[in-house]
Amino acid sequence: MTRVVITGMGIYSVIGKNLPEVENSLRHGISGIIFDPVRKEMGFRSALTGMVERPQLKGVLDRRMRVGLPVQGEYAYISTLEALKNAGIEQSYLDAHEVGILFGNDSSAVPVVESVDILRQKKDTMMIGSGYIFQSMNSTISMNLSVIFRLKGVNFTLSGACASGSHAIGIGYLLIKQGLQDMIICGGAQEINPESTASFDALNAFSIRESEPAKASRPFDRDRDGLVPSGGAATVIIESYESAMKRGATIFGEVIGYGFSSNGEHISMPNVDGPVRAMQKAILDAGIKSSEINYINAHATSTPAGDRNEASSIDLVFGASKPLVSSTKSMTGHEMWMGGASEVIYSAIMMNQGFVAPNINLENPDDVTVKLNIATKTTPCEINAFLSNSFGFGGTNSSLIIRKV
Amino acid sequence: MQENEIIRKINQLLIDEIEIDETQINPAADLKKDLGIDSLDFVDLFVIIENNFGFKMKAEEMADVKSLQDFYSYIIKRINPN
Repeated sequence: MTRVVITGMGIYSVIGKNLPEVENSLRHGISGIIFDPVRKEMGFRSALTGMVERPQLKGVLDRRMRVGLPVQGEYAYISTLEALKNAGIEQSYLDAHEVGILFGNDSSAVPVVESVDILRQKKDTMMIGSGYIFQSMNSTISMNLSVIFRLKGVNFTLSGACASGSHAIGIGYLLIKQGLQDMIICGGAQEINPESTASFDALNAFSIRESEPAKASRPFDRDRDGLVPSGGAATVIIESYESAMKRGATIFGEVIGYGFSSNGEHISMPNVDGPVRAMQKAILDAGIKSSEINYINAHATSTPAGDRNEASSIDLVFGASKPLVSSTKSMTGHEMWMGGASEVIYSAIMMNQGFVAPNINLENPDDVTVKLNIATKTTPCEINAFLSNSFGFGGTNSSLIIRKV
Repeated sequence: MQENEIIRKINQLLIDEIEIDETQINPAADLKKDLGIDSLDFVDLFVIIENNFGFKMKAEEMADVKSLQDFYSYIIKRINPN
């Protein structure tokens, strides 16, 4: 089987718009959560959200390339530029090789809302214009970026709820491992706007600690009261080890395990068994012992039930070795479709720089989360391998294992 | 509306909305070959023209519109039918 390595990473997130900014936030435990008064005016139960400014692409991309690109596509374009740059990949390489794209994305609400608003107002589809169709499909990221970067390999989007970005890397890993592709641009993108999160807010799942935005996302803490929606984009270039060696590329890590499962139960209530099976399958695929994993980037979103069940799952699989655990969502909020990809990047930064970022706002564990070895402060740590968990509605679970090369 | 005013307005819309390079604006320019206006841009032109001139372009009437001059003439005729 072909070995699969990470040779490029790019990030556009609420804790930094590139890798150095993100590393700084991870080291210092800086939150990217704000109070958005617009949401309050609209009738949101919680006006908390992660926030990052919209990239200005006029003058960077021509009009036709911008017209079909929704905001999360703009984030993804920026993160992909950074990933390609530090992978040492120029357009001439993309033109000459079969490079694919697999992105995680599971909504594009604003263009859907705006185009239907136009139709309702004008009663004429011809007044909708040419861009909304390409902005509004779930595959908008892979659709647009494959054209912008003139890609010729595999090209589709994975929609797996809040595990979308993780599954995208997992499926990309399998395709390269099987020898079907040499290089794939993987990642996840998540829009930030009230339209995409209103129906989620309706589930009472969001934190209402509005007086303290930076303290609202508090995974594993006894007093957690819900997640904080967030977004941005993350791009991970994965390629065969042989290709990376041939190019003399810098290797940020090797993808050695992908485990997936479905809970087969409730549409929104997580369980313990599904995540356990995903983690065990990833470990089996990686061919390592669970004790060889030094760090777990937990899915933990700061919801009472989700964090509790994940803590139980991690304790069942890793109870003997107790690796360091943290949820970077304590700083970023829940990056949803993007999170599985961004958290691989956050963890790879930690692995390459020798530290574990803090699970901020963990002041008092509860009776289950106390069983985990959670990093509450920035902790120097030699990470040889980490596991990243991502779970989503419908009970979809994805666990990725990356090791140092 | 005067013809030269209509032409000036069309040119400005092409520059601002379709992002046509000002130096390429020339009545003899072929809309597709010289100005790079493709089928999707035409979809946007339908919206731009209605929002700015207040009438709906008809796809079937655009069949013979090849050059920028043809486009000017078409718009002028729709605005000033007589």
